[in-house]
Amino acid sequence: MPTASPKRVQLFVTCIIDALFPDVGEAAVRLLEHAGVEVDFPEAQTCCGQPGYNGGFRKEARRLALHFLDVFERSADPIVTPSGSCAAMIVHGYLDLFRDDPPNRARAKALAARTFELSQFLLDELRLAPDQVAGASPFRGRVAYHPSCHLLRGLGVRQAPERLLAAVPGVELRPLPQAAECCGFGGLFAVKYGDLSAAMLDNKLAGVRASDAETLVSADMSCLLHLQGGLRRDGSTVRCLHLAQVLAPAE
Amino acid sequence: MTTDPPRTAGQSHGAFKARIATALRNPILQVALDRNHERRVAGRDLAFAALPAAEATRDRGRAIRLETLSHLDCYLERFAASVERNGGRVHWAADAAEAQQIILDLVQAAAGRRPPGRTTPLLVAKSKSMMSEEIELNHALEAEGIRVVETDLGEFIVQLRGEPPAHLITPAVHLRREEVSALFAERFGMAPTLDVAHMTALARAELRRVFFSADVGISGVNFGVAETGTLALITNEGNGRLCTTVPPVHIALMGLERLVPTLADLEVMLRLLPRSATAQKITSYVSLLSGPRRAFEPDGPEELHVVLVDNGRARMLGGALAEALLCIRCGACLNVCPVFTEIGGHAYGSPYGGPIGSVVSAGLFGSDFSELANASTLCGACRDICPVRIDIPTMLLVVRGQHVAAGLPPAWLRLGLRAWEWVMAQPGRYRLAQRAAALATGLLGRGNWVRRLPPPLNAWTDRRDFPAFAARPFRDRWKIRAAGKAKSD
Repeated sequence: MPTASPKRVQLFVTCIIDALFPDVGEAAVRLLEHAGVEVDFPEAQTCCGQPGYNGGFRKEARRLALHFLDVFERSADPIVTPSGSCAAMIVHGYLDLFRDDPPNRARAKALAARTFELSQFLLDELRLAPDQVAGASPFRGRVAYHPSCHLLRGLGVRQAPERLLAAVPGVELRPLPQAAECCGFGGLFAVKYGDLSAAMLDNKLAGVRASDAETLVSADMSCLLHLQGGLRRDGSTVRCLHLAQVLAPAE
Repeated sequence: MTTDPPRTAGQSHGAFKARIATALRNPILQVALDRNHERRVAGRDLAFAALPAAEATRDRGRAIRLETLSHLDCYLERFAASVERNGGRVHWAADAAEAQQIILDLVQAAAGRRPPGRTTPLLVAKSKSMMSEEIELNHALEAEGIRVVETDLGEFIVQLRGEPPAHLITPAVHLRREEVSALFAERFGMAPTLDVAHMTALARAELRRVFFSADVGISGVNFGVAETGTLALITNEGNGRLCTTVPPVHIALMGLERLVPTLADLEVMLRLLPRSATAQKITSYVSLLSGPRRAFEPDGPEELHVVLVDNGRARMLGGALAEALLCIRCGACLNVCPVFTEIGGHAYGSPYGGPIGSVVSAGLFGSDFSELANASTLCGACRDICPVRIDIPTMLLVVRGQHVAAGLPPAWLRLGLRAWEWVMAQPGRYRLAQRAAALATGLLGRGNWVRRLPPPLNAWTDRRDFPAFAARPFRDRWKIRAAGKAKSD
């Protein structure tokens, strides 16, 4: 798509989306291209290292963080990722991981300054109007938005996703009770403390039911992996979609 | 001395999980914790919304605590000198055993102040002190035949039930009025009632007798003021004031980090602590105690002893968990925590539960308590609410790192994480692993979702389906797309 000032980004698709939800990655690409952004996908990318970092396996996480730095330092373009959680890992987690390693900490800091979560990049960085981004979406339906903890509190992105959703002509946005409360995913936590994670999931799903939404939207597939898994087990018809899938124009 | 098993006995992953399971199945606890969460968090938010320059006050509070900790040796010296100047005595305890012994000796010495002929056991009236829980003081005193009565209403209730407090600020947070009513009916023959005022009046009458016959009053300390030697006690029931002024001997018990430099600094803390803890602008009682009774004063203790306890704090101050010593024990992070709201305080098996407690427990008591830090989703609500902005999630991650360094995670996790690192370090291996996972979940699943996974992943599928791995991952689709583009160009 020709634009006055072509903008290029490196897409960090995240391992969850790559391996489990490739449709989401494609929707993110469509959305970015529709917004006039040229997308590159560095193929050597793997995982940002968050599972190890959150599990306390710092040495292992550091190795993957170094791999990430190697891959994404090859270009000076901004790094955009459709995940609040992985973005927060790169922006905050790496600085902590390399706290005793000043040279790599400096590399991480430089990369963090040009790393953005998708909705944050479109609205806060490119300063596009929400309807420029989302106006062409064919989506129709009642939607509730779950703000993932790492996007909301980790990165402080409080409004961008809902402003974008509100700009989709066919979206009827429903308030989600206790929206800011954690869904209980927490990575390894969901396996190590499965029943506790499930109790938190039950709270979140009670809110989803009360919202009367048909679609639950979030900017993190890790939360949605957990939420959709629970909804399916309950026999619910509510489906989970990534923000990009709701905003993107038709294929 | 205490005959209880050491506190570390129940800290394995399995024991912790069992306590969590018990908590999740306790319907009374679930109701009580939900109410606590709703009431306390909403109240705290309102209280801070009404505080002018709330965020700047939090910054100031953090700066004061940082200043205190970065020159703690100086402030401790100044504080001790000020207390002695005021006529109090300062005692230093390196660990729990030393603190127990110092207090035991002081209480036994108080026998000398008794009216002649009194033969009842020595009686201690206690106002709330988390340090006394940390050093398991009541057990130590009771083992020597001393009677100890908790006079904070919540503490009074949990003591009658033979339980430790379930929360830093609200010890009986795990109970509803129904349980208290049943307890009082059983212990005091109270006629059935759910009238809180009636139950409180009954406790008050019981406690009144204790205040006026106690040989010793023991209290905690919210803040010690270095420049003046003032002990600040922040309470709502007045029991703190009675414990510290009526008995002839007052023993104040505090962790050695619990200082602020000046009275002006204390004023900042007084704006933060009640708002964070109980959504109050100020508590019903703020007691500033500056020494024992002087000749011209009508009341107050004959003796004032301040016991400063280290018990791991100095070591913690020099390590990666030092930031957790900024904590002013308001309990806001417990109230907002989605995990605490599911399991309550007792499940942690430490006097310090919840987010900050998981850090403090590991910091003070060592790696036996590091498993607690794994029971968190790192959602960050604790960091947002902390009045002195402790980065609790990052501290939890430090504890997890120590847990791994000590070789404590189960073998499946250690192996799994190493395998994950090996796979992810190299894109070719990663792609291969994707294919294998797609094949495996394709075999296990019906349609696109798997209903049952083998252990330990069954902990996921016990409650949730798991999606099958994509037969064609994003990176493959990208290649196809790139090839198509190249053709059309």
